[in-house]
Amino acid sequence: MKQFYGPCLAACVLVLAATSAEARAPSLDDAAGRYDIDGSSQINFSVAQTGGGGISGKFGKFSGTFQLDGKDIRKSVVEFSLFPDTVQTGEPRIEKFLRSSAIFDTANHPEIVFRSTKITQTGEDTAEIEGKLTAKGTTRTEHFSAKLTKWNRRTISFQIEGGIYRDHYNMSAGLPIYSNIVQFDMTVNGQKH
Amino acid sequence: MLRNRQDTFGWGAIVLHWAIALLIVGLIALGYVMTRPDIDPELQFSLYQWHKSFGMTALALAFIRLIWWLSNIHPAPVASLSALERRASSVTHALLLALTIAVPLVGWAIASTSTLNIPTLFFNRVLIPHLPMEKSEAAETFWSDAHAWLAYGLAGLVVLHAGAALLHHFWHRDVVLRRMLGIFRRDAASNAHQQPEGTDR
Repeated sequence: MKQFYGPCLAACVLVLAATSAEARAPSLDDAAGRYDIDGSSQINFSVAQTGGGGISGKFGKFSGTFQLDGKDIRKSVVEFSLFPDTVQTGEPRIEKFLRSSAIFDTANHPEIVFRSTKITQTGEDTAEIEGKLTAKGTTRTEHFSAKLTKWNRRTISFQIEGGIYRDHYNMSAGLPIYSNIVQFDMTVNGQKH
Repeated sequence: MLRNRQDTFGWGAIVLHWAIALLIVGLIALGYVMTRPDIDPELQFSLYQWHKSFGMTALALAFIRLIWWLSNIHPAPVASLSALERRASSVTHALLLALTIAVPLVGWAIASTSTLNIPTLFFNRVLIPHLPMEKSEAAETFWSDAHAWLAYGLAGLVVLHAGAALLHHFWHRDVVLRRMLGIFRRDAASNAHQQPEGTDR
């Protein structure tokens, strides 16, 4: 299957939470556990265009989980899927183009999947997520940065960002008018099991 | 000679004429192909961008052609033309010139008003700004329709114009076509029925 912009890696990071200021009350062990990525999450992306501005939008349907390891964040794992058919940009013709064979080819590749392979803590409440992104039949290693933004006993939120080179996934239509880099800016909310 | 003479066109007018002619034919063909409903979307996007770049080229050349037309003498119509034919040909020429400017200009208005807001990147190199027009679906539809109808009108005039030139060349055997091909020679003017000897550049 295919998937594209992979968003979501998120979760892993959580672990970091344990040491962050916001996380003072709960212990790391409290944060540990399995989370489902909640529908309130925002999977936003943007592609710059020549002369300024660009296309920005989001994906309406996605799912995923993350497993936070309370003892060793490196052992945390995040999995995320999104359905590019649900892309929203505010301009139906652009959405149709994105769904077409020129970009996502959602008829043949309905799903974009990200699976983390390595999570590295980079700061008190930040982490780098490395994983395999599969989109439009191509799987590559990608990186996202995650920052813990909110948490309590039941929920946890991360701000996750990263850029993906779309030509690596056979989605180079519109170059060079539209940037090759798809910038993801995601708010990923997890609901504890 | 670069400039026009009383009896024939200079190289400036000839080169502009044929370059614009080639662009018009190519742009109409491109415009037809790229608007087929079942075209591959990625190919369609590329063809639109080529159409915009070549269209801008046509606009620039047509503008130069207008300046040239205003600043050069016009070779006299061949003597065999009736008053009506003279009038028809000068109206056709004026309309052709006007449409070679109007059609690409209206095309530019489409790109400028489209809610797709796709930049015009001239041959993937130079950003050409949109015209200062408000973007809306209604405006885009209006200018798209206008572009199509004006282009059909231009295509009709091209057929009329080329048909008349061929008629002059093969039927009347006069200099009308040859002087725009650059194979007119002064001594040929009085022997218009003879085959041209010049090479066709």
